Amino acid sequence: MRYRLHRRLIPLALVAMCAALLIGWACTARGEGGEPRYFAIKNARIVPVSGPVIENGTVVIAKGLIQAVGTDVAIPPEAWVIDGKGLTVYPGLIDAGTNLGLPPDEDAKKRGAGSGGAASGPEDRPGTTPWRVAGDELKTDDKRIESWRNAGFTTALTVPDGGIFPGQATVIDLGGERPGDYVVRPRATVPVSFKPVGGFFGFPDSLMGTIAYVRQVFDDTAWYTQAEPIYQANPTKSERIPYDRTEFVLSRALQNNEIVLLPANNSIQIVRALRLANEWKIRAVLYGGQQGYDVATVLAASKIPVLVNLKWPERVKDADPAAEQTLRELRFRDRAPGTPAALVKSGVKFAFYSDGLATPKDIFKNVKKATDAGLGSDAALRAMTLDAADILGLSDRLGSIAPGKIANLVVTDGDLFNEKTKVKHVFVDGRWFVIHEEAPPEKPGEKKPDTDEGASSERSQRVEGVGR
Amino acid sequence: MKRAILFAAILLAALAPLAAHAQDSSTVFIQNATILTVTHGNIEHGSILIRDGKIASVGGADLKAPEGATVIDATGQFVMPGIIDCHSHIAVDGSVNEGGPAVSSMANIADVLEPDDINIYRDLAGGVTSANILHGSANPIGGQTIVIKLRWGKQASDLPFQGALPGIKFALGENPKRSNFTPPPGVQPRYPATRLGVEEVIRQAFIEAREYKKQWDDYNQRKSAGEQNLIPPRRNVQLDPLVEVMEGKRYVHAHCYRADEIVMLMRVANEFGFKVRTFQHVLEGYKVADEIAASGAGGSTFSDWWAYKMEAFDAIPYNAALMNERGVIVSINSDDAQEARQLNQEAAKSMKYGGLSANDALKLITLNPAIQLGIDGRAGSIDVGKDADLAIYNHDPLSVYAVVQKTLIDGQVYFDRQRDIAQRPALEKEKQALLDKEKKASEEKKTEENSEKKPEKKPSPKKKPPQDGDASVVAGGAL
Repeated sequence: MRYRLHRRLIPLALVAMCAALLIGWACTARGEGGEPRYFAIKNARIVPVSGPVIENGTVVIAKGLIQAVGTDVAIPPEAWVIDGKGLTVYPGLIDAGTNLGLPPDEDAKKRGAGSGGAASGPEDRPGTTPWRVAGDELKTDDKRIESWRNAGFTTALTVPDGGIFPGQATVIDLGGERPGDYVVRPRATVPVSFKPVGGFFGFPDSLMGTIAYVRQVFDDTAWYTQAEPIYQANPTKSERIPYDRTEFVLSRALQNNEIVLLPANNSIQIVRALRLANEWKIRAVLYGGQQGYDVATVLAASKIPVLVNLKWPERVKDADPAAEQTLRELRFRDRAPGTPAALVKSGVKFAFYSDGLATPKDIFKNVKKATDAGLGSDAALRAMTLDAADILGLSDRLGSIAPGKIANLVVTDGDLFNEKTKVKHVFVDGRWFVIHEEAPPEKPGEKKPDTDEGASSERSQRVEGVGR
Repeated sequence: MKRAILFAAILLAALAPLAAHAQDSSTVFIQNATILTVTHGNIEHGSILIRDGKIASVGGADLKAPEGATVIDATGQFVMPGIIDCHSHIAVDGSVNEGGPAVSSMANIADVLEPDDINIYRDLAGGVTSANILHGSANPIGGQTIVIKLRWGKQASDLPFQGALPGIKFALGENPKRSNFTPPPGVQPRYPATRLGVEEVIRQAFIEAREYKKQWDDYNQRKSAGEQNLIPPRRNVQLDPLVEVMEGKRYVHAHCYRADEIVMLMRVANEFGFKVRTFQHVLEGYKVADEIAASGAGGSTFSDWWAYKMEAFDAIPYNAALMNERGVIVSINSDDAQEARQLNQEAAKSMKYGGLSANDALKLITLNPAIQLGIDGRAGSIDVGKDADLAIYNHDPLSVYAVVQKTLIDGQVYFDRQRDIAQRPALEKEKQALLDKEKKASEEKKTEENSEKKPEKKPSPKKKPPQDGDASVVAGGAL
């Protein structure tokens, strides 16, 4: 009953807490269980996504998980309680494709450069580093993590960049003490790019060469998967199998049924990617998807989900105003935001991702373009929560408000998709973040105590130590 | 200028989804046309009945349209077999060359077909119905190739000419040895740099392919003999197509110019037990026409294009006629999206240069390329049982006045000049509306951004976090 406070002590505790926030002090007594682990949000409008909306409901959070949700829920005595009157609780939003926490990769170009000449054998693999794991390289001081969280995002797929097989993407929660706390699933997907990396005289320097190269890599992986156990069981019967890092890593990944992300933005690329996914016998998810409006039925038949990029196509800034615009480009730019609605209509599972957008504000602006083009706001919310979790294979723990799920929540003062709505609280893994309009100015020379863990904030503040 | 407007209009029209919608009717009747069958003469006031995409009958005025058929009245017009372009680079997404390795046989055009390349529609407007889509000529052994029908408006998977054997591009001479350009500073020039090297690269690749095939044959043999725990050879996407060449499952289309390299490749092919299916460009083919004819290879050349590089200096416009005379199956190709729209005139030039008959001139762009691509059972002439791939012209197609009116593939109209013209105003209007819409949106955005830039009332920096007083947070839950 460490956290149980007498009602009369509450104001005192709050004053202490506020003081802590104002002067930038926070208790670091982690061992003491310095931060509260039990919360309840009561009298709130709860949008669980996995079920009907609950008016005047309560959500109870205990030790990082959602313990209970409903109208008739007992609030445990040790819980901090937020009166949710006038507030709405949503599952934390999921951004299904970002590079949050991954600083620009200076080595990517070097790694991507082909060595030239024929790349026929396993020893020569341009732009291929699938053993890199985004979660291992996470920089939690990336300011964007906080700004995404302030906007209600609690989870992101963060994807390494650089090359054809740049490495494995990681599902992260946007909060934690150490980088490792952020990581929900380190090896979540294997992203593939079809961008040629060869340059002049290097292989591959064309789209078809790149596809052929990826085909060879998957063939080699299949060979390794088949050959390795035969060799291990009969080491005296055949030559030793040379160790190849790419084959080893991809073989493990595919055997773990890891998702392979294939690039496909326009309808031609989508149809092509569906064919390749089938040929390569991989568990594919397409990313891009912006011309899905043209091939939604084909996508539906394939049952392959799509990550839809929210950076809708736009006329190139500073483009020559006299340059001719083709009707095809104009149509694409006009219709792309209609893709999500078309996917819903055809029954294609999809999630949104923000790659290419600089701020969460742009994300919501572009979601609005999709809802203006016919996407229901329920479906938009689903795409940013439960369906995203489902596509990433994590719907057993993320994406909805239900007992046992990770306590990732966003609490707003209104409809999430209304631009006037403000985010009031965010919970990440049951950690409470209060969202402020603006933080107190930092005094010169005064370092905030928690900058090293990335939770330091100009707009949001982790609540720590208040329970002592 | 007029021409530019026409092309702009064609471009617009091509983008209309309507243009992509061919008729659904399975029975089509073309009546009262001059029919150029190519195989059995011309029929005046003739008719063609098409059922389910195939030519069901070809006859004179006595042939009547069946009940319910879609009738195309071609009075005063000419129907010829759809043109087959034996050397094209249209409908390719991305580069047509995988220029890194000297042997890029792993690259496959079939992977990157781009069904909405506007050149498909433009070539349809020139009467072309099928094209051999080739990898470029950067490498001694280039990428895998594919024959497509120009089914505008369909998906990539609907383009391939079903049943046509796939091919592979080879290239000899200046392009693969890279005589005509210098690598940027710091980049090593690539091997090969001579014609000798080109030959060596091809031989080496087939030696490897032969060894690779042997590995697989051994493995399959041991496996079928019941041997357990065998580790299979690796699959090699670069060598697989070369094995297919040796097994006769894939055609070799070899870009070449000079007589010596043409003979060289025939020798190399002989060594590895395969045949060159077509020599492409083959501008000195007239010098070794007998050898080419004896090898069974076809020659696919230009009409009158020469001296654009060193190895093209000995080219002559009589090449097609001379090879034809010596028994080589000859076609005229475009190698160019623009030229493909006037292949009828390119073929007609062989009547001036070399005195081919009108019918033999037509064969250069119909039956002969069909034979070269192994699709002459399905295309290349107007015969019962063949695919109804047809081009309808307002004049004799070998005339400079000839303009395509309609192009049909599998009996469906994929290009219709009148429909195209009729659609142009609506498409212009749609385009203008979209441009206006974007303009309006960008102006609104600017206004919005400007208003955001206005200094806002700053919230007090001392604004307090939630307190008990504002009832948003209450600690302790004993309710």
